[in-house]
Amino acid sequence: MKEIRSTLVWPLVALVVLLVFNAVASPGFFHVEWKDGRLFGTVVDIFNQGARVPMLLALGMTLVIATGGVDLSVGSIMAVSGAVAAMQVNAGASMGQAVAAGLGLATLLGLVNGVLIARVGLQPIIATLVMMVAGRGLAMLLTGSQMVPFANRSLTWLANGSVGGLPVPVVLVLLLAGVTGWLLRRTAAGLFIEATGDNEKASRLAGIQTGGVRLAVYGFSGFCAGLSGVLEAANISAADPARIGDTRELDAIFAVVAGGTALTGGRFSLAGSVVGALLLQTLTLTLYNQNVAPAVAPVPKAVVILAVCLLHSPRLRARFGKRTQSVAA
Amino acid sequence: MSELLHANGIVKRFGSFTALKGVTFRLRAGEIHALMGENGAGKSTLIKVLTGVHEADGGTVTVAGRGIRAASPREAEAAGISTVYQEVNLLPNLSVAENILMGRQPMRGPFIRHGEVKRRARAALARLGLEVDVGALLGSFPVAVQQMTAIARALDQEARVLILDEPTSSLDARESEELFAVMRRLRGEGMGIVFVSHFLDQIYAVSDRITVLRDGALVGTWEAAGLPRLELVSHMIGKEVTASSGDGGVVCGGGAEAFRVEGLERRGVVGPLTFSVAAGEATGLAGLLGSGRTETARMLFGIDGATGGRVKAGGEEVALGSPRAAMAAGLAFCSEDRKVEGIIPSLSVRENIVLAMQASRGVLRRVPRAEQEALAAKFIAALNIRTRGPETPIGTLSGGNQQKCLLARWMAMQPRLLILDEPTRGIDVGAKAEIEALCGELRRAGMSILFISAELEEVVRNCSRVVVLRDRRQAAVLDGPAISLRTIMETVAAS
Repeated sequence: MKEIRSTLVWPLVALVVLLVFNAVASPGFFHVEWKDGRLFGTVVDIFNQGARVPMLLALGMTLVIATGGVDLSVGSIMAVSGAVAAMQVNAGASMGQAVAAGLGLATLLGLVNGVLIARVGLQPIIATLVMMVAGRGLAMLLTGSQMVPFANRSLTWLANGSVGGLPVPVVLVLLLAGVTGWLLRRTAAGLFIEATGDNEKASRLAGIQTGGVRLAVYGFSGFCAGLSGVLEAANISAADPARIGDTRELDAIFAVVAGGTALTGGRFSLAGSVVGALLLQTLTLTLYNQNVAPAVAPVPKAVVILAVCLLHSPRLRARFGKRTQSVAA
Repeated sequence: MSELLHANGIVKRFGSFTALKGVTFRLRAGEIHALMGENGAGKSTLIKVLTGVHEADGGTVTVAGRGIRAASPREAEAAGISTVYQEVNLLPNLSVAENILMGRQPMRGPFIRHGEVKRRARAALARLGLEVDVGALLGSFPVAVQQMTAIARALDQEARVLILDEPTSSLDARESEELFAVMRRLRGEGMGIVFVSHFLDQIYAVSDRITVLRDGALVGTWEAAGLPRLELVSHMIGKEVTASSGDGGVVCGGGAEAFRVEGLERRGVVGPLTFSVAAGEATGLAGLLGSGRTETARMLFGIDGATGGRVKAGGEEVALGSPRAAMAAGLAFCSEDRKVEGIIPSLSVRENIVLAMQASRGVLRRVPRAEQEALAAKFIAALNIRTRGPETPIGTLSGGNQQKCLLARWMAMQPRLLILDEPTRGIDVGAKAEIEALCGELRRAGMSILFISAELEEVVRNCSRVVVLRDRRQAAVLDGPAISLRTIMETVAAS
């Protein structure tokens, strides 16, 4: 428990620093008002946009990375599920049916990743790279490369509605994160995932079905990406097969790594990934508020991410600690 | 005969560990010289010093009277020392000819003379009596041909010293014979050959002299013809063979048969083996390094599945196709490779202990936290595991304490047969004694143990039956009073 808390410290520190900067640089940053039965404000936007994509993707990505893998296909899977949901409501399906179709296909694609990795034996980076390319192609094929607009109020409500004053995506994603975290620790799934990522050979010899573990985490990552894709489409009442989820897999990986889960696998922290996703979203919005041109924005973003990752490195911290000690002496 | 290579007083340290303590090794021109030793004897380190992979911390190496200071494999090759490793380290996606001449291709200006490359490659292979399409990819040939290619490469660079490091371990009997014929031919041409092998038969078939290393020190060099096998074995394991030494410490308890292994084998790897394991007794697997001890354990636990034979428990055949199946049949396996196949380093002592039990219960039936903590506390106390607490990552513990955690992992399963592969390797003396005492307690509680150790005295002390392996086959099964250092060593050394 102590260990997990200490990994949470650095992304939290970075988040607080950013928030303080914003409080000073852009007055009204923390201004929140109640209008039409829901909350509005910059902070609420950060939570809302952060939940819709980076947080949701990071949930699945955390477990994949904990097994020592990576999932590059989440952005493309978002495009597929968004397109499927949009086409379903246009074909007369209900919101529930459309969402189920999108999530079902997304989970299936995730499981295909899992089969390629756990059964066929491909490297995760290769298998999901294939799915990244193929998934985007599938989304284009399904939609004829055209934007799919739709008019379905319940589907749009998923992204723009509110529950108890909070945006629906925030409630949905925090609930999903909570239930996932609870289930992982309530069952032995969390232990099996960490054991598989830390030492797969030893885990197998201890009787863990490591292939099944890997299959499941890629399936779950597909599911999360599917939900994210549906929310993205619902947000603008249209599925854009070319742009939904484009390069968002990188955001997810950043969020997970910034949250303290090592790319080498093993111990993971869902809470860390949630904070990491918020950090990323705050940074994006801060740069936007400071009128940094979107094309240039990745540079300061990269610097902050690098800083957080370096703070996680025990070797660097040890060296830094040594130097301050010798200065003191 | 002239002396070709003289390594004098070689010292090599890795941190605080001294791998070679002043080893002297002399190789004559026109001889095949076997280099022998058990695990940790220093064979590999000596070879790596000779071939420039490691730089020695002390001592000198001379080749044909000229001192060399091989700081890189390239310099060693230039001095005429070539090595063929067990796992052929050539490039499978290049042609045979390219592999033979890699790095020394005849050039015309900036261009490789491909015709000349092939001609020289064919010439080198012809000296070995081998004719293959030198333009074909190396990877398309069997290991035996790849090895010949590696030797041909040595010939082309006019090597005078050829080091063959376990060249026969992946060859069948016929291929090995062909390799020996080539070795004899090269010896006739005046080359000095260093031969490393775990198979005593092969050592005596081709070697002129034998040098034995043990624990990083030279034990001695002998003419092969004048060194009886038994004496060689006793030099390797460092035990004098006397009539009284280390007689059986465990009397056969006459326990009921718990498991029966019938003709179990994995073709080309180990077996067939036939023996029975009694309830409440320890059965030992003894033999030299490479004799098939670990392979037997892995086959039993379903890691590398058997290709023939069966295992019966209480008269009924049990399926051992995978570790999970073996666990369901009541088996447990503590691997000799603690780091790679045992511990989950960043997980806690508690999590490492409950892992196998949790795995057998399945993902949904989680062992309750309170039960996990009770289990961890019980084993930490019972096995005297020295850790700051049950939540400490196991990777930070000492080797002996890690080993005890792994024992706890399997004891928690209450298996009927516990396979212990080198349970005392690399741990301190105190922990060794504790683990042996623990084995005794488990036996008395009715558990069967399959005990594997390179230290024959340990086997003699703990086991009431010993299966002796030689060259990956079962050589004998010794029972109760028949177990002694001497009988085991005689069986190992018999031809």
